[in-house]
Amino acid sequence: MSILDKHAILERNATLLLVGSLLVVSVGGIVEIAPLFYLENTIEKVEGMRPYSPLELAGRNIYIREGCYVCHSQMIRPFRDEVERYGHYSLAAESMYDHPFQWGSKRTGPDLARVGDRYSNEWHVQHMIEPRSVVPESVMPSYAFLKETPLEVTNVAMNLRANRAVGVPYTDEMIDNAAQDLRAQADPNADTAGVEARYPKAKLGDFDGDAQRLTEMDALIAYLQMLGTLVDFSSYDDTTGYR
Amino acid sequence: MKYTFEMIVLGLGAFLALVGAGFAQDRLFGAHMWVLFFVLLGGTVVLLQRMEFRPAVAGAAPPRSEYFDEVVKYGVIATVFWGVVGFLVGVVVALQLAFPDLNIEPWFNFGRMRPLHTSAVIFAFGGNALIATSFYVVQRTSRARLFGGNLGWFVFWGYQLFIVLAATGYLLGITQSREYAEPEWYVDLWLTIVWVAYLITFLGTILVRKEPHIYVANWFYLAFIVTIAMLHIVNNLAVPVSFLGSKSYSAFSGVQDALTQWWYGHNAVGFFLTAGFLAMMYYFIPKQVNRPIYSYRLSIIHFWALIFMYIWAGPHHLHYTALPDWAQTLGMVFSVMLWMPSWGGMINGLMTLSGAWDKVRTDPIVRMMVMAVAFYGMATFEGPMMSIKTVNSLSHYTDWTIGHVHSGALGWNGLITFGAIYYLVPKLWNRERLYSVRMVNWHFWLATLGIVVYAAVMWVAGIQQGLMWREYDDQGFLVYSFAESVAAMFPYYVLRAVGGGLFLAGALLMAFNVTMTILGRVRDEAPILGAAPAPQAAE
Repeated sequence: MSILDKHAILERNATLLLVGSLLVVSVGGIVEIAPLFYLENTIEKVEGMRPYSPLELAGRNIYIREGCYVCHSQMIRPFRDEVERYGHYSLAAESMYDHPFQWGSKRTGPDLARVGDRYSNEWHVQHMIEPRSVVPESVMPSYAFLKETPLEVTNVAMNLRANRAVGVPYTDEMIDNAAQDLRAQADPNADTAGVEARYPKAKLGDFDGDAQRLTEMDALIAYLQMLGTLVDFSSYDDTTGYR
Repeated sequence: MKYTFEMIVLGLGAFLALVGAGFAQDRLFGAHMWVLFFVLLGGTVVLLQRMEFRPAVAGAAPPRSEYFDEVVKYGVIATVFWGVVGFLVGVVVALQLAFPDLNIEPWFNFGRMRPLHTSAVIFAFGGNALIATSFYVVQRTSRARLFGGNLGWFVFWGYQLFIVLAATGYLLGITQSREYAEPEWYVDLWLTIVWVAYLITFLGTILVRKEPHIYVANWFYLAFIVTIAMLHIVNNLAVPVSFLGSKSYSAFSGVQDALTQWWYGHNAVGFFLTAGFLAMMYYFIPKQVNRPIYSYRLSIIHFWALIFMYIWAGPHHLHYTALPDWAQTLGMVFSVMLWMPSWGGMINGLMTLSGAWDKVRTDPIVRMMVMAVAFYGMATFEGPMMSIKTVNSLSHYTDWTIGHVHSGALGWNGLITFGAIYYLVPKLWNRERLYSVRMVNWHFWLATLGIVVYAAVMWVAGIQQGLMWREYDDQGFLVYSFAESVAAMFPYYVLRAVGGGLFLAGALLMAFNVTMTILGRVRDEAPILGAAPAPQAAE
């Protein structure tokens, strides 16, 4: 066993052992992860994907803050039962602007990848305040405090800029109008032409049932209501996604 | 003057935290900086009380023992403390799933408590166990004092600060949402500094060793430290919104982000919870049974095979997702192959008992260690099986995964750590024996029963969930709504909390036993049956 005898060299030299281990553990990541960044067919080309509007992004950050991903996935697998229950299976392109991804790993509650437009805003508010009043079997905690907490609107543009730094194509126009767009999207009396032009298909109006205040509930529901609604599946050809 | 430098650094840190709180860009960062301020202020006050205004006299220093064991003692106490905390939070979150009214919004809702539980158990309990045992083992097997002097203290206290910041951050709502890597960018940076200090301390001790060979346990510790450094840095690459804000955005998005995270996530299991704990196995089992490692060649082969293959297994967390098929299949193939090096470690651990199997009957600490390795073997069979795509299509997103994780974490990591603690405490505090060996036996049975209840219940729960979600009737309609599958989980969630409660009860017994041993008490008790030669029946 000559090779095993040579191992004695490593057992006597800590630096070699360290470098050897590091090299050995680097291989897997390089082979598996690195190609995802340059293989073009990793993410299919689809119509309709756009960066999150400032209000949706704020809602998404609340979704992350509350750990919703702990119990809700956002990744529909291509199985008959999942597609019937939740809608078209998730495409890679649908999370291309997600920093970080929210695919989740556990379904204590149902998948939310396409929850947008499924329920009314009123349902969502009621469900957040007292989940068991609308779903008796639910084990979800109450999130009534979201309706009482005003949304923090200080660094809206900074949030968009940080996203641009990691590759989300926010334009200068979007960043300049960020704070204004955030307020306008949740205000039923605002001029929303700018928001609609910059963020097509964005859901507009009051979300939490209180048009006077901009709360965290507004932002979270704005985010939930757009989930899975951007890609137009009537024009999407499944076969182009085979890879 | 003692502690002058430490006090200045702590005081300065407290001041900077105060500045951070004052200029915070968001509410959460401000709150977190207040937490940091009070923690550092507390540390400064403690040091002030210990300060002595005496000129340092040469030669008056207390005699220095060969090994730096003071920090190991602190590490053992921290391990027991965080273990109890982590298990307790686990029982609480288990009960929250069964009785949702136990959620107290906003700070104690399940979504914030669950990362607290996982991090407390993996990083606070497991991490302290790894740091303490690695410091103990590397000194003995190198016959050298821990390298770097007070750097060991920095590693210990720096790591506790990381834990406190991570834990309070979760409850406040500061999270990256990356499972097992939830702390935000500034806490990640702090952990990086601590981890580099840890690597210097550990590697430095090996470099100044007086033994020609580096003992096998140290290979595993070294691979664990260096790989965790790599995983931690790459997975946490992010751009902060502001240097005075808590929020950051991951450098990667969607598919790439998912695979980077699970490359990290699976190898947090592979290197934090496997390689590091195998190192514990390779030192404490031979010591406790007083036998050499079964096979030197097997340890070489399984070491290199294990660290090479583990890294590839991450994609099995993303089966049937939008991750490209080639990556999923590659992940599955390596996960199945990983079964062999995993069992190589199990065989090496179990066969070390050759000729000393009677100790399983007479020594509850050995029994605990053997059960740990047995659970390691079971979990590393179950894992490859669940990574097969067809099995995964049923098990993914269900409680089966949770059961699998716990048979590994409670069975393998928990029991081997308990065994190591029971071995270490009498030695570190120079006691003749533990306060009570019979309590160790009680701990063993409570823990084992707890794990068996937990794992069995979660198998049933998970498979039932998976089957209910895909159940069709004759007409081709889905039989169950999602809510019905939630309602069906109630009895299992209650039983799971019972299993976790048993495990927690065992840990509390350990905390009591360890405390009494440290206090120097010895319980008057009959020895374990068979520990003395049993009387032979007349032929």
